[in-house]
Amino acid sequence: MSVDTAADLAADRLLPDVFTRWFAGRGWQPRTHQLDLLAKAKAGRSTLLIAPTGGGKTLAGFLPTLVELWERAHLTPLAGRGRPSEARAGEGASRSEEGGDAPSSGSISLRSISPPSPRKRGEGRGLHTLYISPLKALAVDIARNLEIPVKEMGLPVRLETRTGDTPASKRQRQRRDPPDILLTTPEQLALLLATADAPYLFGSLRRVVLDELHSLVTSKRGDLLSLGLARLFTLAPQLTTVGLSATVAEPDDLRRFLVPQPLEGEARADLVVAQAGAQPHVSMLDTESHLPWAGHSARHALGEIYDLIKTHKTTLIFVNTRSQAEFIFQELWRINDDNLAIALHHGSLDVAQRRRVEDAMSAGKLRAVVCTSSLDLGVDWGDVDLVINVGAPKGSSRLLQRIGRSNHRLDEPSEAVLVPANRFEVLECRAALDAVAENAQDTPPARTGALDVLAQHILGRACGEPFFADELYAEVRAAAPYAALTRPDFDSAVDFVATGGYALKAYERFAKIRLGKDGRWRITHPRIAQRYRLNVGTIVEADMIKVRLVRSRASGAVIPRGGRLLGQVEEYFIETLAPGDTFVFAGEILKYETLVEDEVYVSRATSSDPKVPAYEGGKFPLSTYLAARVRNILAHPDAWRALPTQVREWLEIQQWRSMLPAAGDLLVETFPRGEKYYLVCYPFEGRLAHQTLGMLLTRRLERARQRPLGFVANEYALAVWGLGDLGQRIARGDISLAELFSEDMLGDDLEEWLAESALMKRTFRSCAIIAGLIERRFPGEEKSRRQLTISTDLVYDVLRKHQPDHILLRAARADAASGLLDIKRLGDALSRIKGRIVHKVLDHVSPLAVPVMLEIGRETVYGEAADTLLAEAADELIKEAMS
Amino acid sequence: MSFSLSFRGVRQSPQGESGRVRNPYSQTGVMDSSPRANARDRNDIVAGGVTLLADPAGALYWPEHGLLAVADLHLEKGSSYAARGVLLPPYDTAATLARLARLVGHYAPRCVVALGDSFHDGGGPARLADADRESLTAMQRGRDWIWITGNHDPEPAIGIGGSFVETLTLGALTFRHLPTGAEGDICGHLHPVARVSHRGRAVSRRCFAVDTTRMVMPAFGSFTGGLNVRDAAFADLFGTLAFTAHMLGEDRLYAFTAKRCLPD
Repeated sequence: MSVDTAADLAADRLLPDVFTRWFAGRGWQPRTHQLDLLAKAKAGRSTLLIAPTGGGKTLAGFLPTLVELWERAHLTPLAGRGRPSEARAGEGASRSEEGGDAPSSGSISLRSISPPSPRKRGEGRGLHTLYISPLKALAVDIARNLEIPVKEMGLPVRLETRTGDTPASKRQRQRRDPPDILLTTPEQLALLLATADAPYLFGSLRRVVLDELHSLVTSKRGDLLSLGLARLFTLAPQLTTVGLSATVAEPDDLRRFLVPQPLEGEARADLVVAQAGAQPHVSMLDTESHLPWAGHSARHALGEIYDLIKTHKTTLIFVNTRSQAEFIFQELWRINDDNLAIALHHGSLDVAQRRRVEDAMSAGKLRAVVCTSSLDLGVDWGDVDLVINVGAPKGSSRLLQRIGRSNHRLDEPSEAVLVPANRFEVLECRAALDAVAENAQDTPPARTGALDVLAQHILGRACGEPFFADELYAEVRAAAPYAALTRPDFDSAVDFVATGGYALKAYERFAKIRLGKDGRWRITHPRIAQRYRLNVGTIVEADMIKVRLVRSRASGAVIPRGGRLLGQVEEYFIETLAPGDTFVFAGEILKYETLVEDEVYVSRATSSDPKVPAYEGGKFPLSTYLAARVRNILAHPDAWRALPTQVREWLEIQQWRSMLPAAGDLLVETFPRGEKYYLVCYPFEGRLAHQTLGMLLTRRLERARQRPLGFVANEYALAVWGLGDLGQRIARGDISLAELFSEDMLGDDLEEWLAESALMKRTFRSCAIIAGLIERRFPGEEKSRRQLTISTDLVYDVLRKHQPDHILLRAARADAASGLLDIKRLGDALSRIKGRIVHKVLDHVSPLAVPVMLEIGRETVYGEAADTLLAEAADELIKEAMS
Repeated sequence: MSFSLSFRGVRQSPQGESGRVRNPYSQTGVMDSSPRANARDRNDIVAGGVTLLADPAGALYWPEHGLLAVADLHLEKGSSYAARGVLLPPYDTAATLARLARLVGHYAPRCVVALGDSFHDGGGPARLADADRESLTAMQRGRDWIWITGNHDPEPAIGIGGSFVETLTLGALTFRHLPTGAEGDICGHLHPVARVSHRGRAVSRRCFAVDTTRMVMPAFGSFTGGLNVRDAAFADLFGTLAFTAHMLGEDRLYAFTAKRCLPD
């Protein structure tokens, strides 16, 4: 059995016999990184493990815990008064309840300061390891997998999960008598920390394992988790952490996340990098068909996709949006002559439906699943032998993650095919292929902790036990995202939690937390804690509306109630529909019938040409990194050789008709078309940043009396049009492009626009909910009449006018920098192109402009001038009436 | 710019003739350059009916009687929520009163009528901040101030001046809080909001809901939400969809038939 002597020796030293035998019995060898992690644990070091999928990452994370728990039971405990508990074969994973081992000295001292409890405590040895996963399904799956070694080795380990689905009685019991290993989510951790039991529960904690850390840290959930982690370090100073992550651009960001940050300088966890797996086989589909100019349907390639499914065992087909998933699923079934089992999976589908698909997948019953990012993370499916990515990959790391979903065996290469849906996407796919070959990562940089999340955490802390502001401030700053938090910001977050943080001190008597004579902040009523528990978490879904299938209504007839539930769609999507409109959802073409309270009733439509939903769940902007690579391809004709002929010809004609900009330049083309004049520019900064740019440019053109009529943005370009000849005015010098695109548009113009921006209001709403200003909507409450509920839009307007520096507005602005408005990226772009704008006056549309021009009419035309729309609509009405 | 609503009381209205909705475009050309204050002064009297001036701020002015009406102020809604643990910004009362003060300054009405639900709850008047109470008192000086009682504020309150009535009948019109469907009713309560879509985008605004004999005014309060005019409550009131929603724009109203408006 011995292959690698060095590893064997290391294993002998680090692994008890029972473990070595277990590995051998499975025909396995402990991997180097697994042993490295054991050694780090022995040395008491927190560690970040970077390993590809299939590298035994999870087992590596748990191995130190399993070994320690075995040793605690079988070797003489240091404290000397524990009885080794026997693992009883018959009981498998469940540990003897009367274990009674002494906890570590650290936890003893902590327990002694925790408030005395009427319950009998200490019947177990206390929680040893906490595992935190971004997905509750993953936590459950990992628990199931972990049961296997525990059972087979007869380890004295009790492991349990705790998620939103765990019954209340079990949760209660877990707080009183915790298992050795608890597998849970960031939200559940926040809830546990907000109880008076927290010091007791976590005092004995030795290790926290954070799974899929790369995905957790990029969001507000990561902020919340970092604050929870900081609390855990206070409660259990002996604690070490293990972060499990895919490859990232900046491992140091994650290493900081894992350990408490000192007041000066920074601390980092140790780093273990596992051997990379086999290089994946990735290719771009070289389609036989005509490559579309625009659109995301990939309709041209469906036959080829279908053939790929046929020649593989199980295929995962990733797409970027839910509407794309719906479309491709439908179309595949249309040509599914072999009746292959092809399923659909996305975040809006009913949970039960999603579980059925996942189970069928695990059981190997499916040939293909069309899915969105809903399956980017999650349980391992060994049988996937092909990943198809339809549409633009958007980012190199995202693509690598998706590719990794195929072939979870480390030594065999993953196989993936990229299917661009249009010409620009070919360029993006080409850039991504190069990036994958270099294993280049473009994960986002570390976050600055959000103030709304901080407010939620502060309330949670007060719900747990009274706190001193000085102590909490010090603790919060130990969390990496909050290391730079200033005291005034912290204090205003406390003030916000207490009385709303208003300059006008009107709510002292309604305070949620109050400073006591003893100098501690505490909640003013137990009701506050109850409400906190209902509102914990940082995931604010758009208001969702249930979709229910009913029979079509004969005109005028009453719609029968209570059809089958298909899933949920965003309320703002439904708001754009009128009764009779058709859309694709849950794999069917549906007709919007009516809205009944919080449900939308739909019927099966006879139409075969649906108005495809514009809801853009799962739409990610093109990463800055890939964008730069795409610009680079465009600028270097010698790189075009690697492109399909159709695309190469397209670029060559562009070069002849207009030009292709150098890598750092911004090309601006102007041309007339129909009765309008167009300005098209190509920043390649993603749809969100382009939309923001479009809003601001049209404002400026308006002010310059150029009367712009509208604009449309896609991932690569922005087109603005109006009735005046922009090109001529620019050429004449009436309008300066440098001024038009100058960075100062992010000043007053932005401020003015933010005042009325619907996107900004949506951003504010989620901050208000996370911070606890207003509560989430709960099932059953939607029925209250709308005019009685509070609209956060109105709150936003009033607050903006009366206290523009309020903490929630600041939180919303920080979000707008990177979220729906992508302002920071736009700012970077504007500074990049300063002095590098190239204007080309054309007499008609250029080849490069065609894709974005085709979006006109297909995509929503943006513009926030609602009054103009109203005037136009009223005008139309008048025309109708007069003709 | 303002848009005058022709609004006919039954007694003056010749039977069978419907109120004429003026084409708002007939005013736009010349109005573009004129200041808003002047625009408000323009009001065309429609012969034969009671003509009311609907202000885009969401108020109604009856020149004949020098009467300014506003509905559903919901003052102290913020503090009402705060008392229940939802700490909304405490600026709503000041914001609402400031908007009202601008209208009072502009029209200099002889009488102001608040159509009920002027306070969000019975405790509202007592919670008024001193500064807000002062600005209310200042507005009331030199004119009649009538608080019509609403379902949120059914009882007369002390310390807020004015007089309290359940309904106010003046000529052909009756001002009251709850819509009764009677002809000549000017009421509030429902907080009408209309939604229209154009070029793939929907716009939602507060509105006056009006047919030839009745009107539901938009809510005036800063924190007041709305009810879609396609809600059954409006169909019940007007009998059919034969009413018009005059949506509040920046400086004018936009008229749409209820049929043209989208349901939620």
